[in-house]
Amino acid sequence: MSGFGRGLVNGLVVTWRTMMKRSVTAHYPDQLPELPPRSRGVIALMEENCTVCMLCARECPAWCIYIDSHKETSPPATPGGRERSHNMLDRFAIDFSLCMYCSICIEVCPFDALHWSPEFEYADFDIRGLTHEKDRLQEWMWTVPPPPAVDPAAAPPKEIATAEKAAARLEAADRVDEERSGGSR
Amino acid sequence: MIDWWDLALRMVVVLVAFLVLPLLVGQTEHKAMAHMQSRVGPMYAGGFHGWAQLVADGVKFVQKESIVPTAADGPVYRLAPAVALLPYLIVLVAIPVAPGPGAASFFDSSLFFVLAVMSVGVLGSLMAGWASANKFSLLGGLRVAAQLMSYELPFVLAAASAAMAAGTLSLAGIAAAWTPWWLLWQLPAMAVFFVAGLAELQRPPFDMPVADAEIIFGPYTEYTGIRFALFLLAEYAGIVVLSALTTVLFLGGWHGPLPHQLGWLWTLAKTGVISFLVIWLRVAYPRMREDQLQKLAWTGLVPVALAQLALTTVGVLAT
Repeated sequence: MSGFGRGLVNGLVVTWRTMMKRSVTAHYPDQLPELPPRSRGVIALMEENCTVCMLCARECPAWCIYIDSHKETSPPATPGGRERSHNMLDRFAIDFSLCMYCSICIEVCPFDALHWSPEFEYADFDIRGLTHEKDRLQEWMWTVPPPPAVDPAAAPPKEIATAEKAAARLEAADRVDEERSGGSR
Repeated sequence: MIDWWDLALRMVVVLVAFLVLPLLVGQTEHKAMAHMQSRVGPMYAGGFHGWAQLVADGVKFVQKESIVPTAADGPVYRLAPAVALLPYLIVLVAIPVAPGPGAASFFDSSLFFVLAVMSVGVLGSLMAGWASANKFSLLGGLRVAAQLMSYELPFVLAAASAAMAAGTLSLAGIAAAWTPWWLLWQLPAMAVFFVAGLAELQRPPFDMPVADAEIIFGPYTEYTGIRFALFLLAEYAGIVVLSALTTVLFLGGWHGPLPHQLGWLWTLAKTGVISFLVIWLRVAYPRMREDQLQKLAWTGLVPVALAQLALTTVGVLAT
C-alpha cells in the first residue's frame, strides 16, 4: 500500500491494535507495585549496629540526619585495668522532607546500620511528620529485603578480585625468585 | 387528529434519549480513548469500571460557580449555551428510528428542516465567542464562523445527493428508499457528509476553533460551571445527531437482516458504530491547521460533493 491515505489508515490501525492490547496502567492503590531490587523507598536503621560515629550525619549533603548521644563508662574488665567508654545513641532521626535519597549515608556507614527499604507509603499532610525517629526507622528494618543475587555475567565482587590479583602477583614473584635462584646455582 | 398522549410519550422518549445517548457516547469516548492510549480511563465513579463518571462530572459542574465576565455582553453570553444545545434536541425529534408513524412522520421535508436547524447550533459558539469579550474567544468564534461557511456547503450538497437518489426530502422516505447499492454509488456522498459533519461539530481533527494549545478553549474559554457543561453536552449531542443522520441518509436506517419490528435496534446499532468512528478519528488524527482545514473543504469536499451530485443526477435520470 502506498500513496494517498496511507498515513490515515496507519493511524487507525495503530490505535485499533493498541485498544485490543491490555493497557499498561498500574492499578496502584488496589495492587501494590512490583518494585525492582535495590529500590530506594525509605532508610531503615538497625540501631544495634550504630556506633554513633557520625559519618552519615557529616556526609549527608542535605543535612537531614539528626544524631544525639552521650558517653557511658563501663568498669574495667580486669582488675587494675582502664575504664572503657561507649557512645550511647539517644536520638537518631531522618528528615525525609530534606532527604534527597542519594544513598550516601548508607554507603558510608561502616557498620551496616543503615539500609534501603522499598517501603514508600509514608506521605504526610504535615511536613513535620516527615521527620522519623529511630523507633520508626527501626520498624522499617524488618521490611529490608535480602540483597539480590549477583548477575550471572557480572564481575566478581571487589574483595574477591583484589584477593585473586594479590595471589597471582605473589605466585609470579615466587616464580621469578625460583628462576633467579636456579640460574645462579 | 393528533393523539396528544401519544405525542407527549414520544416527546418524553426523545428527551430521555437526548439526555442518555450523549452521555453514553461520552463514556464510550472516555473508555475507548483510554484503551487506545494504553490506559484504562475512569475506574472508580459508580463502582464498576467508572460507569458513572459523567454523572459525577455533571454534579461537579452544577456545583461550580457560573461566572459572567464584567466586560461580557451578559444576555448574549448567558443565552449562548442554550442556542448551542437546543437545536440538537429539536433535530432529534425529526430523526426516524423505525418505519411507520413516528414523530418524524409529521415533517414532509424533514431533511430540509434538520439541516436548517443543525446550522443554528453553530451560532451558539459564535455568540459565545463574541459575547465573552476575550480575544481568544473571539478568535475561536471567528474560526467557528469560517468553518461553518466552508463546511456547510459540502454538507448540504452531500445530503442533497441522498435526497435526489430517493426522490424525497423526508428522512423516513429516504431511509425507506434505501437499497444496499447506495453503499457503493453514494459512498463519496457519505464520506463527504460525515467529514463535513465532523467539521461542523468541531470534533478533532477539525477542532481548530477550540485548539487548546493556541487559543485556550476558543469560544468557551470564559465559560464555567453548568454553562460550560451545556456546551460539552452540545458537542456530544451533536455526535449522536450526526451519526443518526449518517445512518438514516446513507446506511439505510432500520434496514437489516432482523425482523421488521427490530428496525429501531438497527438504527441505534448503526448510530453507535458511527459514533465510535467519530471517537476513533479523534484519537488517531492530529488537529489540522486552519489553512489546511479550509483547503480540505474547498478543494476536496466541495468538488467531490458536486461530482457525486452529477453522478446521482445521471443515475436517477437513467433509471
